[in-house]
Amino acid sequence: MEEMALTLKGTQQGIVLRPLSDSWDDVLQGLENALQDAEAFFRGGRLIAEMGRQELTKEKLASLRAILDRYDMELWAVLSDNEQTIHTARTHGLRTRLPGETVGMLPKDQSIAVATPPDVTPSGGARPDPGEYALVVQRTLRSGQSIKYPGHVILVGDVNPGAEIIAGGHIIVWGKMRGLAHAGALGDEHALICAIELTPAQLRIAGYFGRPPESRRRKLAPETARVSEGTIVVEPWHTRK
Amino acid sequence: MAGKIITISSGKGGVGKTTITANIGLGLAMLGARVICIDADIGLRNLDVMLGLENRIVYDIINYIEGRCRFRQALVRDKRFPELFMMPAAQTRAKDAISIEQMKSVAHEAAQMVDYVLIDSPAGIEHGFRCASAPAELVLVVANPEIASVRDADRVVGLLEAETNTPARLIINRIKPEMVQRKEMLAPEDVVDMLAIDLIGLIPEDPEILTASNRGNPIVLNNGSPAGKAFLDISRRLQGEDVPFAPLKPPSFFQRLLGSH
Repeated sequence: MEEMALTLKGTQQGIVLRPLSDSWDDVLQGLENALQDAEAFFRGGRLIAEMGRQELTKEKLASLRAILDRYDMELWAVLSDNEQTIHTARTHGLRTRLPGETVGMLPKDQSIAVATPPDVTPSGGARPDPGEYALVVQRTLRSGQSIKYPGHVILVGDVNPGAEIIAGGHIIVWGKMRGLAHAGALGDEHALICAIELTPAQLRIAGYFGRPPESRRRKLAPETARVSEGTIVVEPWHTRK
Repeated sequence: MAGKIITISSGKGGVGKTTITANIGLGLAMLGARVICIDADIGLRNLDVMLGLENRIVYDIINYIEGRCRFRQALVRDKRFPELFMMPAAQTRAKDAISIEQMKSVAHEAAQMVDYVLIDSPAGIEHGFRCASAPAELVLVVANPEIASVRDADRVVGLLEAETNTPARLIINRIKPEMVQRKEMLAPEDVVDMLAIDLIGLIPEDPEILTASNRGNPIVLNNGSPAGKAFLDISRRLQGEDVPFAPLKPPSFFQRLLGSH
């Protein structure tokens, strides 16, 4: 793989883009690839462009926004040491400084994402190391609510139909998983989805989709879903060691 | 001391919000409380019909907000209980005719006058719902024992948690015990389990509810019926009484024979 043109990092305030290449075209191409790889994860998010000394001209800004538009993302802030860039950003109604640490900045009715998540590299497939980071949430996730987090997600409570969890790593639900779960949303095929009652509307792991069979009637017991030989398989917990 | 502001909401339409507002309002009045019921369903008002007060409306909530009448003038006094009032919605206007701030101020003004202010919310989760729930200290979430209704109620509870953190209690309406027994309908326990909020009322399906509403004499006035009692029980629970939930039984063979159910 060629040298990376940019890094993308999930933070409390938004996704931070930091260009590494001097070629803006390469940066845009890299961004496009990354967004494509993990569309579900980025969709609806907001981007903070950390430009450093690189200048962000009106044209560059427009091209960046054009890509973000396609993924339903918003360019929210531009951070720069370059006065011309700051001026350009401001005249386009963008923030040039980030507000203090506030969880309340997240869109209402959606998402909770706190703590410092791991770096998300646009290469796809970057796998959070075991024990690295996890978001622990204790509540009922209701219809219309969603959690998106680049690392693992542990939810103590139920995920109701119409709710969703999208995680870069594993998803562990200490309760009933009845909504949508997308583990390994950044491309990790080794991600797992575990729940005490795994009766989801749909499961996704990396690029794979799975749906419980229509006539699934059985004793409820903890189960684990993972990708095996190109499909999502669900196994009772006790057979896995 | 200001009265308690309670909003009746559901997300989904047609699950019985207005019927419940009318019956609980009357129920509280029967127990001796002073009550104002506000119809927040601007453009689709129904509460007046259910309370049998349709032909007494002179002014409405929008008239008051626009300064065309005084607060008391917009209230319609109930024909049975002098301490029960209704504030009608405007039928010829749309939901956006009232802002969240205006609804709050109307509700708080009403709360100065009485013990309970009940707000009948429109269906949906848009502006009308936000207006109706903004002033509430408590939201009664109405669900029918069916998947779509429970899902919408779940959405409403989630929105309340995220935006205003208003406590919510659950009313399950239109329960058919014989269908629950045959496992053809969600049992109340299933609904409570899914929504994970405290229950305040279980109302059995009863065709009498509809005919009573059509006549403008809500069923709570008929103390003998199980549904009427269920509504009165909710009113008592709102007043802080610890009323046990009556077990819902399918009508017996003889009751069906006599047609008393």
